[in-house]
Amino acid sequence: MSQWPLAITAHSVVTALGTGTASLRRALHDRRGGLGPCTFPGAPSGIWTGEVNWVRDVALPPGLTAYDCRNNRLAELCLSADGFADAVAKSRSRHGAGRVAVVLGTSTGGIEETERAYARRPDGRNALPSDFDYARTHDLQALVDYVRARLGLTGPAMVISTACTSGARAIMQAAALMASGMADAAVAGGVDSLCRLTLNGFGALELLSQGPTRPCAADRDGISIGEAAGLLLLERPADAPAGSPLLLGAGASSDGHHMSAPHPTGLGAVSAMRAALAAAGLDAAAVGYVNLHGTGTRANDAMEDHAVHAVFGDAVPCSSTKGWMGHTLGASGAVEAIVATIALEDGLIPGCLGVEAPDPTFRSRVATANTAAPLRHVISNSFGFGGSNCSLVLGRAA
Amino acid sequence: MRCFVGGLSVLGPGLPGWAASESALAGREPWNWAEPSAPPPALLPPTERRRAGQTTRFALAAAMEATEGEDRATLETVFASSNGDGAVVGAILDTLHEPEGMVSPTQFHNSVHNAAAGYWHIAVGSAAPSVSVGGHDGVFAAGLVAAMAAIATGSGRVLLCGYDTPMPPPLRDVRRTDFPFAAAFLLHAGPGAGARAALEMTYRAGPPPAAAVPDALDMLAEGNTAAHAVPLLRAIAARRARVLHLKLAADAHLEIRVTPC
Repeated sequence: MSQWPLAITAHSVVTALGTGTASLRRALHDRRGGLGPCTFPGAPSGIWTGEVNWVRDVALPPGLTAYDCRNNRLAELCLSADGFADAVAKSRSRHGAGRVAVVLGTSTGGIEETERAYARRPDGRNALPSDFDYARTHDLQALVDYVRARLGLTGPAMVISTACTSGARAIMQAAALMASGMADAAVAGGVDSLCRLTLNGFGALELLSQGPTRPCAADRDGISIGEAAGLLLLERPADAPAGSPLLLGAGASSDGHHMSAPHPTGLGAVSAMRAALAAAGLDAAAVGYVNLHGTGTRANDAMEDHAVHAVFGDAVPCSSTKGWMGHTLGASGAVEAIVATIALEDGLIPGCLGVEAPDPTFRSRVATANTAAPLRHVISNSFGFGGSNCSLVLGRAA
Repeated sequence: MRCFVGGLSVLGPGLPGWAASESALAGREPWNWAEPSAPPPALLPPTERRRAGQTTRFALAAAMEATEGEDRATLETVFASSNGDGAVVGAILDTLHEPEGMVSPTQFHNSVHNAAAGYWHIAVGSAAPSVSVGGHDGVFAAGLVAAMAAIATGSGRVLLCGYDTPMPPPLRDVRRTDFPFAAAFLLHAGPGAGARAALEMTYRAGPPPAAAVPDALDMLAEGNTAAHAVPLLRAIAARRARVLHLKLAADAHLEIRVTPC
């Protein structure tokens, strides 16, 4: 019984580049980034971020306004774009509402709403305002509950929170639920929104870039945090229109090394990539492009170069696309799975943005300019705090 | 979906580990409230041990007992918690609302929901896959789904650890968790030696059927959502065949058929 492949019958994405897949596709081709000086209140000074400023104007549908928070507004933007909600409605009528799972990843969920609630307290008062709805905003499950309610789904539901692998891990977990017979389709992906906790936390670790992030550059100086939502509708190939991009395999591992520093030679990253290739039944040589986790920190990019070189040598072009929309944390794995589908469909290797030449100590083949290439298979990496690693392999329809 | 339960652990009020609680869970001895406690994780290097708070202590102590005598480094893991490390998240939120408040780097990396999983894999030197799930009051069921799906897709053995600890003020007023609680299960694909029970799980749309009035032990779930594991622990301890209904979401639950081995 093989659980692979699965078809991606619909997807939608919201990043600082815009709402909907077309905005991401156009920006990748035009090499136009969406990062800017941070305007988010209470953030460390001098940093750049990938803000989805128009999230301010989003209203949740009547009946679901109790879920209102920055994270669920991002989810709503994503559901409304690219005909995603309509595609899910079709899938729901095909399979039944109870047979469509929702598995989503987020690192901080709606905690930005809690930060607002803390700030709204009058001086000297510790208790939170009485209208603050913890379960429908702050709690990780709020994201999944909102998306299920919005889409009218009653299948298995799960929220994954494995730091910066959350989005990729949710896609892998959704595939496992389908393979185990619990669901015939799944809404999978990740949503993460800017909050003071994340911005100041990465600031405390001195991991934030003082300009737009430049992954793989010799003088890279850290992360630009972004916010995003990325959603995929997964169905079995037999239920999918011909030509749908395919999720061919996924692999996960743990570092077991340190809470926030990556393993120096990327042992865990290597085993996640190899597990994903094994699940897909592919040799490393079959991969045409590696979409790196590539956060732009000194340590991550050096570790990942080791790991990618160990698996692919210098034969396969690789790049990080975080220069476009920043590191969108628990959404990044889902956003970059959609980047992978664009790469496959358009035959595009998007070279690292804003990087003249890769770090000369790197041994893998880092692309810094866009190249056209007929791609059949792409691997996408995600790594996170707690030593969490996850790789996805995507492919063009046969 | 089907699996077999081997090693077990429980740490909660009057439940100081599986070995010390089995009789009370089975109904052979009375259960009485006693303050729960968990030792510092002896397997962690001293620096990490100092950094690990109460949440990680409870999760790791339960995981240790359930995997006694096993090759821990090879186990795939599922960690299920609704609040994560609420003490750490609360402390960071307090800091962010102090003038000139500086977030501590250690607190920040401990605030990730998969911190307990990260510490476990460091402690046992494991590169095996791990997933951490949330799920509010359905979190234990969500963990069980993730663990059984891992078995169904080819994992031979999976460690499931469900845990939650109290939130600090003011979060405790909006998310009730009265005491720490952790439970761990080593799940196997096959009925090897040492298997105590077989679990058969079916997903059901709709809320769980109305249950009989819970007794004091089952009522622990009111004070800590991780204690939704208690009826399953009791069925296994009593070696009784039972059908349990575990809430997954407001409109979904799991039907679990427990058969003693």
